[in-house]
Amino acid sequence: MPDADGLEMLAQRIRDLRADAVIEVTHNHGQAMIEVAPDANREALVVLSEQGYSFLSSLHGVDYYPDEPRLGVHYQLLDMDRVDRVGVKLRVTLDDPAVASVVDLFPTADHHEREVYDMFGVVFEGHPDLRRILMPEDYQGHPQRRDFPTGGEPVIFTYNEPQTPGWTQ
Amino acid sequence: MDPVSKVSDYRKLEESVTLSTVEGPLGASGSDGASTELFTLNMGPHHPATHGVLRLLVTLEGEVVRDLKPIIGYLHTGIEKTAETKSYWKVIPVIERMDYLAYFFNSMAYCGAVETLLEVEVPKRAQYLRVIHMELNRIMSHLVWLGTAALDLGAMSMFWYCFRERETILDLFEQSTGQRMHTRYFQIGGVIEDIPVGFAAKLKYLTDEMPRRITQYEALLTKNEIVLQRLRNVGVVDEKTLLGLGVTGPLLRATGNPWDLRKAAPYCSYDDFDFKIPVGTVGDNYDRYRVRTAEMRESVKIIEQAMEGLPEGPHITEDRKIALPPRHELATSMEALIHHFKLVTEGFRVPAGEAYHPIESPRGELGCFVRSDGSSKPARVHMRDPSFVNLQSLSTMVEGSYIADLIATLAMLDPIIGGVDR
Repeated sequence: MPDADGLEMLAQRIRDLRADAVIEVTHNHGQAMIEVAPDANREALVVLSEQGYSFLSSLHGVDYYPDEPRLGVHYQLLDMDRVDRVGVKLRVTLDDPAVASVVDLFPTADHHEREVYDMFGVVFEGHPDLRRILMPEDYQGHPQRRDFPTGGEPVIFTYNEPQTPGWTQ
Repeated sequence: MDPVSKVSDYRKLEESVTLSTVEGPLGASGSDGASTELFTLNMGPHHPATHGVLRLLVTLEGEVVRDLKPIIGYLHTGIEKTAETKSYWKVIPVIERMDYLAYFFNSMAYCGAVETLLEVEVPKRAQYLRVIHMELNRIMSHLVWLGTAALDLGAMSMFWYCFRERETILDLFEQSTGQRMHTRYFQIGGVIEDIPVGFAAKLKYLTDEMPRRITQYEALLTKNEIVLQRLRNVGVVDEKTLLGLGVTGPLLRATGNPWDLRKAAPYCSYDDFDFKIPVGTVGDNYDRYRVRTAEMRESVKIIEQAMEGLPEGPHITEDRKIALPPRHELATSMEALIHHFKLVTEGFRVPAGEAYHPIESPRGELGCFVRSDGSSKPARVHMRDPSFVNLQSLSTMVEGSYIADLIATLAMLDPIIGGVDR
């Protein structure tokens, strides 16, 4: 992990590109995290990968319910030479859950972004094939959201399928 | 003499067929457009060679794979959602069921993330016990891979040999943890129990025997003509493409990149042990096979060193706010009873924060992201499962090769669908 000064320097390089790109820089539990504006994720990832953090090791979606803006997308970047990790996160609202896709920069983001779209409903603009990945294609709703209830969905077997018409609604 | 020149005439004829210019099907005139017709084949979800419920949409030109799309989600059980409704220590059993061949790794990644948030110190003995179990698990997982992958190549007996040794390891797990699979042995702050009497002797027997057994497997496979023909120079992907696709683990090491989190960013006292990182040179299926079998030997070395240097001390943190008090204290100490009651009913609270904890699983970087909102249940648990990410590289590996090689490459990729779908 970069120390607090190193992290601030990384954030400064993103700010050089766009002054309002960085919202917050945090350094908790030895984990470096840069929060960027929702439309600045590509700039931030390009700057960081030029600094050596060129391996996107993970991408997760988070629901910050009940805080606003609710949906979050986290990028975990890794520098394999210096064995250093830095996280980038952004938050979008439910009304406008659009984030620029990074599949062309990091091909690994393909499945990850589809999963975040499937589970949280974050729309990755520019993704080549944004479909549901884990849930069925005709599924409604985004089940990892915190206000999505667990249970209540009938288990459909062949024998009880006619007894629960319209179960998909 | 170049070994390739030794192959039979038939093999030469077979190899002279170039994959790019496919002749028309038998009986067709060839130049009337029939030869370029593409054929889409649905493989799975129930197919014995797809190692779980994986569906592949394969576009074929004759026998050559032109495009491949994995369709996943058939084993999705919503474990990440379930985890949000359970207190921190009750999440461990469901987390373990994700990648069902690497259960100790799943719980290690999760416990590591929660321990980072709690800033709790894990006793040295617990770390060594974790290493012993994780490395046993790595051997076990590689044995299942080797058995099933060899089965896909037609080597039936390998399957029985590998599962014989796997059984010995599962017996060890049963002895130390009470369960063969999904053991719930790792707890936040340490492990639930110390190893029982007799475990060390049985483990010693395994670590003495295992290198000899691996030599036997290698004698059967490494220079086997069928294995060489099926695996060498098949599914080659260069290092740069794999890094772009986020591939880690044996697949990346087969290309010569020695990236292993146990060495690069040691966690859980891995820096105490002396072991090597096997790497390949070409990055084909054969290198993947060689890297994994060599890894088993290194794991045996780590287990021997960990067992020899196993430090004395507690096996779980003494912090009563996190770990259950010992059974005998409950009868005599009021505080112990209160702690026990609080932990079992509500669980412990974790300070608000976010943590990502990556470890090296048998298949690559297994990372667990945990977000806490300050309550006794996690607000978000996400597993970066290596199978999920590595599966994306399958289409790059098989495009332009025969459909029979697709089966071999899939076996060498070693995806665990429980981990892919979670």
